Amino acid sequence: MTAKRLQIKNVSVKFGGLLALDDVSFEVDDNQLLGFIGPNGAGKTTLMRVIMGMVNPLSGTVSLNGRNITNLKSVQRIHAGVALGQQIVKPLRQMSLLDNVALASGGKKLLSPFRALMVQRRCDERELARKLLIQVGLGDHVEKLPSELPLGYLKRLEVARALALNPSLLLLDEPLAGLSKPEAEQMADLISNLPRVGLSVILIEHNLPQVQRICPTLYVQSNGRQLAFGVTNDVMADPAVRQAYLGVGV
Amino acid sequence: MAYEIVVLTNMAIAVLFALSLNVITGFCGQVSLGHAAFLGIGAYTSAMLSKSGVPIVITFAPAMGMAALIGLVVGVASLRVRHDFLAITTMGVVFLFTGIVRKQEILGGEIGISGIPAPDFGRVGLLATSLLCVLAYLLFTIWVRRSWAGFAFDSISEDEDTARLLGINVPKFKLFAFVVGTAGAGLAGALYAHQVRFIGPDSFGFVESISVLAMVIVGGIGSIWGVILAAAFLSALPQFFQVIDDYKLLVYGLLLFGAMRFAPEGIDGLLKKIFRRRAVK
Repeated sequence: MTAKRLQIKNVSVKFGGLLALDDVSFEVDDNQLLGFIGPNGAGKTTLMRVIMGMVNPLSGTVSLNGRNITNLKSVQRIHAGVALGQQIVKPLRQMSLLDNVALASGGKKLLSPFRALMVQRRCDERELARKLLIQVGLGDHVEKLPSELPLGYLKRLEVARALALNPSLLLLDEPLAGLSKPEAEQMADLISNLPRVGLSVILIEHNLPQVQRICPTLYVQSNGRQLAFGVTNDVMADPAVRQAYLGVGV
Repeated sequence: MAYEIVVLTNMAIAVLFALSLNVITGFCGQVSLGHAAFLGIGAYTSAMLSKSGVPIVITFAPAMGMAALIGLVVGVASLRVRHDFLAITTMGVVFLFTGIVRKQEILGGEIGISGIPAPDFGRVGLLATSLLCVLAYLLFTIWVRRSWAGFAFDSISEDEDTARLLGINVPKFKLFAFVVGTAGAGLAGALYAHQVRFIGPDSFGFVESISVLAMVIVGGIGSIWGVILAAAFLSALPQFFQVIDDYKLLVYGLLLFGAMRFAPEGIDGLLKKIFRRRAVK
């Protein structure tokens, strides 16, 4: 049996007396684009944080490509192949777009200061960064500072920076939030192309029309529990999902 | 001539001391209000060794090593705190240092250590040695700045959380900055001990920590050349004008306030602005 790209098994998380995740399990296949939806407070970001190693689960395991990463620190998970594009973009404002992305592609050099000290050359990383910025449609702005660009461009920068980490699994936390309709469509198109280059993507998003348009599979969570998981159209037709997420009567 | 040599040596030591803090605060963004403690650790280590007959130049390595070792311990203890809390923690280090030294007879207690041997190579030799040390440390910091370590430091100093998400092992880089910075301060301390030939706990207190921080801020946080300029200027000023020496704290305080209020990027930022304007004209 081949290992799944991501396997979450019986994960529970408790914050004080609140059970934020309750025995959650699901899997992500290779080159799969999985939509991840749920009402506010459903525990979506908590689950992302569990995958990234920013929150320790009370119980359960997280495996990436068959390797149990539950006890790895965030930085080790990133180097194992997980990347996160945050909802609130945080570009390094003193650096050009090119350097923001080039830094992320530094690989093992960023794990040890001694290794980092030995290398001054950045040409290869800058070349890769340029290609990634072109891929996300920022090819004309590589030398600009983030402060010179609008939010829609910074969201793309966030994706380019995550791609520079050379991940096998990309987590995107509301990449369409705050974008205009045409910008959201362009971004959704960009995301829908990522599985073609060998990536698996988990897309947390509230923009349902775009999620339904680009995600073949959907995972729905409510009150920290799995509500539905399967083919998008089937899941969206599920009365329980419509009741919990859309507030539409059964 | 002898007076000028003393002033130049003091300037070189101050530049080395400020460059060492610049690695921690300027490059890596970790505010330290207790850097004088590491100057003291270097000075005491070197003074004790040279008084027991070890040649002065040989004492430099243990002075750096001892300061770096304690810097590493402080760094590890400081990993969990940031910003204001880090500043307060490092401030505690300098009080802890002076408090411990005052109570240790072996370190001279309140009176300190006097009769530190004069360098065999004379005052000019000490100046040359100090300048060589500054040059070596300067070249090393320039290398650090241009390397991937400097690239990673840039991101850590701006936003630690983002740096983590870019795959940077932030704690290791912060510890590295602490070790390199405190080792530099230890070397400056070793030179200082043989320049003044008498050291006491008061020479390495909170005021000295603030003075070196003022040099880094006035020069421009993170700017190597700005910090060199500010450290050389601010260390020489009280020696030429007695009135400034009497009101040193007031002058440094005003400079700190002025820099933070009107030129947060320091001398470096001001010079860049002027040259940019000229280039536009």
